[in-house]
Amino acid sequence: MGKELNLKLKVWRQDNTDDSGRFEEYDAKGIDTDMSFLEMLDVVNEGLNEDGKEPIAFDSDCREGICGSCSMVINGVPHGGQQGTTACQLHMRHFSDGMTITIEPWRASAFPVQRDLVVDRTAFDRIQQAGGFVSVRTGSVPDANATPVPKEDADLAMDAAQCIGCGACVAACKNASAMLFVAAKVSHLSLVPQGQPERERRALAMVQKMDEEGFGSCTVTGSCEAVCPKQISLDFIARMNREYGCALIKKGTV
Amino acid sequence: MNLIKGIFNTSLGRKYIMAITGAGLFGFIIAHLLGNLLVFAGPAALNEYAKKLHDLGPLLWVARLGLLAMAGLHIWSALKLTTENREAAGKRHEVKVDPVDRHRRDDIVARFAARTMIFSGLIIAAFAFYHLAHYTWKVPQINGISGEFKGDFETYYVHEVDGDNNQTAFVTPLPQGEGAEGENASDVYRMVVNGFNVSWVVGFYVVAIGLLCVHLSHGLSAMFQSLGMKNKNYGKWIDCGAKAVAILIFLGYISIPVAVLAGFVK
Amino acid sequence: MNLDAKIPSGPIAQKWDKHRFDLNLVNPANKRKYEVIVVGSGLAGASAAASLAELGYNVKCFCYQDSPRRAHSIAAQGGINAAKNYQNDGDSVYRLFYDTVKGGDYRSREANVYRLAQVSVNIIDQCAAQGVPFAREYGGLLANRSFGGAQVSRTFYARGQTGQQLLLGAYSALSRQIGLGKVKMYTRTELLDVVLVDGQAKGIVVRNMVTGEISRHSAHAVVLATGGYGNVFYLSTNAMGCNVTATHRAYKRGAAFANPCYTQIHPTCIPVSGDHQSKLTLMSESLRNDGRVWVPKSPDVAEKIRKGELHPSNVTDAERDYYLERKYPSFGNLVPRDVASRNSKEVCDEGRGVVSSGLGVYLDFADAINRMGESTVRERYGNLFDMYEKITGSNAYQNPMTIYPAVHYTMGGLWVDYNLMSNIPGLFVIGEANFSEHGANRLGASALMQGLADGYFVLPYTIGQYLADGGPDNRPDPDSSEFTGTEDEVRSRIDKLLSIKGKRTPTSFHRELGQIIWEKCGMARNKSGLEEAIRKIPELREEFWSNLNVPGENASINQSLELAGRVADFLEFGELMCRDALQREESCGGHFREEHQTAEGEAKRDDENFAFVGAWEYKGDQNEPQLHKESLEYEEVKMTQRSYK
Repeated sequence: MGKELNLKLKVWRQDNTDDSGRFEEYDAKGIDTDMSFLEMLDVVNEGLNEDGKEPIAFDSDCREGICGSCSMVINGVPHGGQQGTTACQLHMRHFSDGMTITIEPWRASAFPVQRDLVVDRTAFDRIQQAGGFVSVRTGSVPDANATPVPKEDADLAMDAAQCIGCGACVAACKNASAMLFVAAKVSHLSLVPQGQPERERRALAMVQKMDEEGFGSCTVTGSCEAVCPKQISLDFIARMNREYGCALIKKGTV
Repeated sequence: MNLIKGIFNTSLGRKYIMAITGAGLFGFIIAHLLGNLLVFAGPAALNEYAKKLHDLGPLLWVARLGLLAMAGLHIWSALKLTTENREAAGKRHEVKVDPVDRHRRDDIVARFAARTMIFSGLIIAAFAFYHLAHYTWKVPQINGISGEFKGDFETYYVHEVDGDNNQTAFVTPLPQGEGAEGENASDVYRMVVNGFNVSWVVGFYVVAIGLLCVHLSHGLSAMFQSLGMKNKNYGKWIDCGAKAVAILIFLGYISIPVAVLAGFVK
Repeated sequence: MNLDAKIPSGPIAQKWDKHRFDLNLVNPANKRKYEVIVVGSGLAGASAAASLAELGYNVKCFCYQDSPRRAHSIAAQGGINAAKNYQNDGDSVYRLFYDTVKGGDYRSREANVYRLAQVSVNIIDQCAAQGVPFAREYGGLLANRSFGGAQVSRTFYARGQTGQQLLLGAYSALSRQIGLGKVKMYTRTELLDVVLVDGQAKGIVVRNMVTGEISRHSAHAVVLATGGYGNVFYLSTNAMGCNVTATHRAYKRGAAFANPCYTQIHPTCIPVSGDHQSKLTLMSESLRNDGRVWVPKSPDVAEKIRKGELHPSNVTDAERDYYLERKYPSFGNLVPRDVASRNSKEVCDEGRGVVSSGLGVYLDFADAINRMGESTVRERYGNLFDMYEKITGSNAYQNPMTIYPAVHYTMGGLWVDYNLMSNIPGLFVIGEANFSEHGANRLGASALMQGLADGYFVLPYTIGQYLADGGPDNRPDPDSSEFTGTEDEVRSRIDKLLSIKGKRTPTSFHRELGQIIWEKCGMARNKSGLEEAIRKIPELREEFWSNLNVPGENASINQSLELAGRVADFLEFGELMCRDALQREESCGGHFREEHQTAEGEAKRDDENFAFVGAWEYKGDQNEPQLHKESLEYEEVKMTQRSYK
């Protein structure tokens, strides 16, 4: 058992997408510093539930930092601001007794709030559906070792492929840009030989879809990289910019 | 995808436009600075340089239209992107940004220069407009034609004399009865000196140049990112380089009003 | 109940080939006339949905998460096995088959396991072609590691995130089909019941978790890929949302539930820190390669450590008990998961546990750091040490790690035949949700293999037979009485949950159930404990239905309501699990009955009486379920007692 904290929470409550929403305040008493941030919310929710009040709705699933479900802005920072950490892996020992913690959902037009801290991130799925794949049918593939991939390329592709699609990059960006997310996928597949045949098509389609979904553009502030729980590099955004330009030149019609 | 649409109708394409026109405008800023610095070489050097530029004729118009187009595209895409970005961001609340790792705050919050690109840019645009009024359209008030120096705007024109050594002489104002006012070229040097004797002119100038350099300190490195020419290996150098260049440009431009105010350039 | 496994005849190596030839095919032009429902979008579900859509079927895919990419397959760390023999170290399909049957403690079906080993090689090809960034050697070829004590290096991996990368590969294939309009994806949609028409599975009733809308979906066949039931323990390494509802509902509609007592406990998890704990975090088993497991020899020393009066580094070697090395000199710290887990429990039961709760043992890297240097240890395990520090706040380079076993995987599941079809025609079950090829114990890096094998390479063939036999007209109207009747039942159940308005939260019931199951049906089980659980669970269930408090309403996101529905099913299922554990009077794999152990305390199988699959048939809420047995024949592999001495 760690130490105990008493905290004040200022939490965004919103009944549904059409509701205008408001902040509400709650006390979080006797919070063990060994708890994760979401476990602290669990405790608050249990209290609300016991009182017959509706608990704070928030997304979480794996609680080990890989599924990308958890999505909350803690004191103005998506996931709370510990390097390479999702909200579910953030622990209460980083907070001090008596503190007021503000908790908000991801804010972006492309991520409408569905309830309290729960937002709709299906825009990310639609961007993937536009081109975030290699078109191979099940079974119609060569032996895995028939196509060597230089280790450096595979490692770099893996750096990009680690993205968990949580959307913190969008929430951190003053423009609500999805560049880091899209760049991670475009870069991953442009770095491996299997992604080459559709390389240009993919970059063009995914960028177009990203714009259609209403995400903003990149002002190179670096906020996304700073809050990314997988520490995905801004370099991938540069890479996507390059990919898109080359694709336009190669495949653009006049 | 259509190439033109791919550039003009997508966020990435518009960022290319920003970057490329930004690079062009940056080139102009450098050339302009070098020209301006001729003020330290005396009236003749500066005025002669100005005259040579004027004598380019149609080429001058090509350059002017080119610059105008670049500035226009730069501003158009900036406005377009900013509008879209505002829409994309939606309604946000002012919450004090307080990460659990406090030292990471600077990485998380967008830096001043990056946050204010549109404002610095628009003020610079306003300044550019005013600057044209000063030197190209020669609006008298900006040229210090008030108070003790009575005389009209035309008197700022120079008279060209073919001397024995085939040099140009500059005289402001024109002696009575000599030559025709307003022909050939203008006394840029005098305009600079007079203009920078007006305190609000200097004030606006310094603020605008300051903002230009804030704008450049971010824009010069972001340009590489937008064009996909940056990575972590040499990215730091680009960032430092952008800041260094911005400071040099600031110092270069500011040296002129400072010299005028200090009486070093009269 | 007919439990015909439909194992094809012939030599084991040719069974699958021959079977594929014998299966009826659906006319390619007719495929678009068929509709298949896939529930779940993890490795099995996503790969099946994508592959079926590629073949031309119309697919509806459902998941409770906000995106199919978040299914819990994503959390698998270690890797995926395949009999590629890329390392030239003597691996083969037969060896993988043999290891899996042996590892499963001879409680799996030989023919299924052999097929799994056969298609394992195709999986790696498939995933590589999707662009999965597997670890590579400098020559550009795939790297392998040996995993979970296997004698060959057959595990493919992508850093510590293999599950994530494989799932994203399957998700990309699924996304492509969604984009093409061949798969219609329903996210944040939870299955609440399965609909049978004339004894065949023909649809499902689901709840939209955003709007609360209940809807009916009919299809030619229903595929459940809904994962395991580890969350019946409340604390497990499963995701918060993992639940037994889909398989349990199918069970209540007549599907046989096989071997529910087979659960896998993973030895290297981070110990529980307090009552608030919501889930447990697994640390890769690879840590046992260099870490040494110990506890103090005497409970007094342990007590001092627990109170914080003594630092572990001040415990002398003479006072330490490296119990795995002592008891299993040849395997040492690398004994299989069940053995390592059980021994941790044993020493903690003796009062020698080291964390404040008394439930933890040391995994000490001090010797490894002395031997290889801190930098080498950091290179190998740096990310795990970081994760450990993030969660516990303790630096494992300076203090020994503490670990304790946690529920990790469930080998039991709905009974399926060789075609992966349950005893309900038209109801197919794949991945962790079926009772699977892992027998009584799953080997490391085999879960990913099985999920993808089922989804990519088995189900798309075998479902064709059922569809072809039924014909394209064999799809009922979702407005038929069977559908509306089921929907009414679902609605009244939701209304009931919302109307109890008692005192206790769904979580409190879940936690209490978990404690019962963990204590009585966890790492070690005995008759009286199981009987006690079977007595207590119905009491708890009764209290649940009379004293539950679910605030809010149905018509919006209501996470309490979602949880209440899941806990209600766990409360029924937990009892079934205990019944199965009670009937299995032997110890095998993950199932350890204290009454059945050797003199040295090792698991003792009873092959004569228990070499069968125990499949349970639901007989109504008031009656006890009925056990059916599918006997297991071993023609290829000779049954032996496992020994890791």
